[in-house]
Amino acid sequence: MPRPLSSHRTTHRLAADAGLLAVAAAFALPLAWVILSSLDTDADLRVKVPDGVTLDNFDAVLTPEITFTPLLNSLLLCGGGTALTVVCAALAAYPLSRFRSRLNRPFLLTILFATSLPITAIMVPVYALFVQVNLIDTLQGTIFFFAASQLPFAIWLMKNFMDGVPKELEEAAWTDGASSLQSLVRIVLPLMGPGMAVVTVFSFVMMWGNFFVPFMLLLTPDQMPAAVSINEFFGNRGTVVYGQLAAFSVIYSTPVILLYVLVARRLGGGFALGGAVKG
Amino acid sequence: MRNAARSLTRALTLTPAVVLLLLFLAGPIAYCAYIAFTDLQLTGQAQESFVGFDNFRTAFDDEAFRNAVWLTLVFTVVSALLGQNTLGLALAALMRRASKPVRTLVGAVVIAAWVLPEVVAGFLLYAFFRREGTLNAILDWLHLPTQNWLFTLPILAVSFANVWRGTAFSMLVYSAALGEIPKEITEAAEVDGAGGWRRMWHITLPMIRRSIGTNLMLITLQTLSVFGLIWVMTRGGPGGRSQTLPLFMYEEAFQKSMIGYGTAVALLLLVVGSLFSVVYLRLLRTEV
Repeated sequence: MPRPLSSHRTTHRLAADAGLLAVAAAFALPLAWVILSSLDTDADLRVKVPDGVTLDNFDAVLTPEITFTPLLNSLLLCGGGTALTVVCAALAAYPLSRFRSRLNRPFLLTILFATSLPITAIMVPVYALFVQVNLIDTLQGTIFFFAASQLPFAIWLMKNFMDGVPKELEEAAWTDGASSLQSLVRIVLPLMGPGMAVVTVFSFVMMWGNFFVPFMLLLTPDQMPAAVSINEFFGNRGTVVYGQLAAFSVIYSTPVILLYVLVARRLGGGFALGGAVKG
Repeated sequence: MRNAARSLTRALTLTPAVVLLLLFLAGPIAYCAYIAFTDLQLTGQAQESFVGFDNFRTAFDDEAFRNAVWLTLVFTVVSALLGQNTLGLALAALMRRASKPVRTLVGAVVIAAWVLPEVVAGFLLYAFFRREGTLNAILDWLHLPTQNWLFTLPILAVSFANVWRGTAFSMLVYSAALGEIPKEITEAAEVDGAGGWRRMWHITLPMIRRSIGTNLMLITLQTLSVFGLIWVMTRGGPGGRSQTLPLFMYEEAFQKSMIGYGTAVALLLLVVGSLFSVVYLRLLRTEV
């Protein structure tokens, strides 16, 4: 009896492997295009192995105007937005996780409701509002909006991670006379390092890849982050140099891929989803 | 004394987040609800005036709006409900049986597509679907007819693009859900001689039904707000044939300067999103 069952299992495994590899191949084709094209000065729109591997495309795009300024803008925008998000979320999560109150449940429900609102839909009114209060085309205005749009999910995640830190550790500090804020900064936050890392990386990755928000709220080309400036490759420069577009895409995508790998490694693949969307 | 100190801490620590949320999230939503009922325009207007439900009446009479609603439905059903959801579940189920190297490889490729910035994903799939792109190269090689996908079937092309970009989310949700089904249950069914499909239908799916509900809600909401991917691939064209509601809203508000009208469309989108959001909360209600 065990024998047919195990050979049955092997067949199943081979079938599963074959099916998965077929899907992976389909998913890999566009990824292969961007990597191969970035190394090929004659790149066009189809996947092909370059005649000779060169870094000429990278050389051509690694100028202040094309790459460094937009990446620096992205870094300021997303770094600022992330810092603001993480600080506000950590502060807000603390009373929600530690003190009982009648207001906790309605507050958390509102937060959870806000996490799933389509932010795209409010960009037109945000634009109109920003024009009226002179925040349009400013870095700080965009940072504030980024932080506000990311905050609901960040608070929700942060609160869930904070719930995992035992309360007893803090109570000891309280009897020693530490204030709530001191115990948050000295005891709770250090103990939820992985959780902080998830919230930080998740916020940063979401902002780094966001196109619509800076596209709407920033106007001056010099302020544009990479998400928007990448469209210049299709702009008024005549024919599109696909090799250079691919090289820029690789440079622009690398930070978020690395950050994801860094966090996913530590947390075993589930990333932020485990705590967030458990059904 | 301690209680007073605590309520003070509580108020102080919540303040920055609440202020940000009120000013930059609740504020715009309220403003949205206001200007949707005005004739606000982008330029050359002293004062907008209140026009009641005119914008909404215009919308429902507008062929382009009805087209956008229809395309949004197609886009959501094809790419989220059928595409991402089914493919994500299939991948998660297959990964439980596959050998480890294959599992790791597939996970890496599918998740890479998800982590890439939206605009980059748009370019990659633009290149894939273009007349001289990879898809046609493959069809050529197989001696199948080729066509200019972004022109003949733009809404399907962008739907597939969204499947490519978004499937990882469903895959991760379902991997977690399937991992929580006790092994004894599937083994007992196997001993009873239930085949793979019957096990899936009668045991697995009912056990993960809450995850299915959550996942469907979340991917629907994500898909409703897709803008950059479609904008990069087709700009909503050709001739509005891939213009979903976010792109329609953008065009009315900025290319045609009708902020009031664009916002009315945005408000409809927001209301639909809120309804889904409420359903999602009900699904989660035991968790909070």
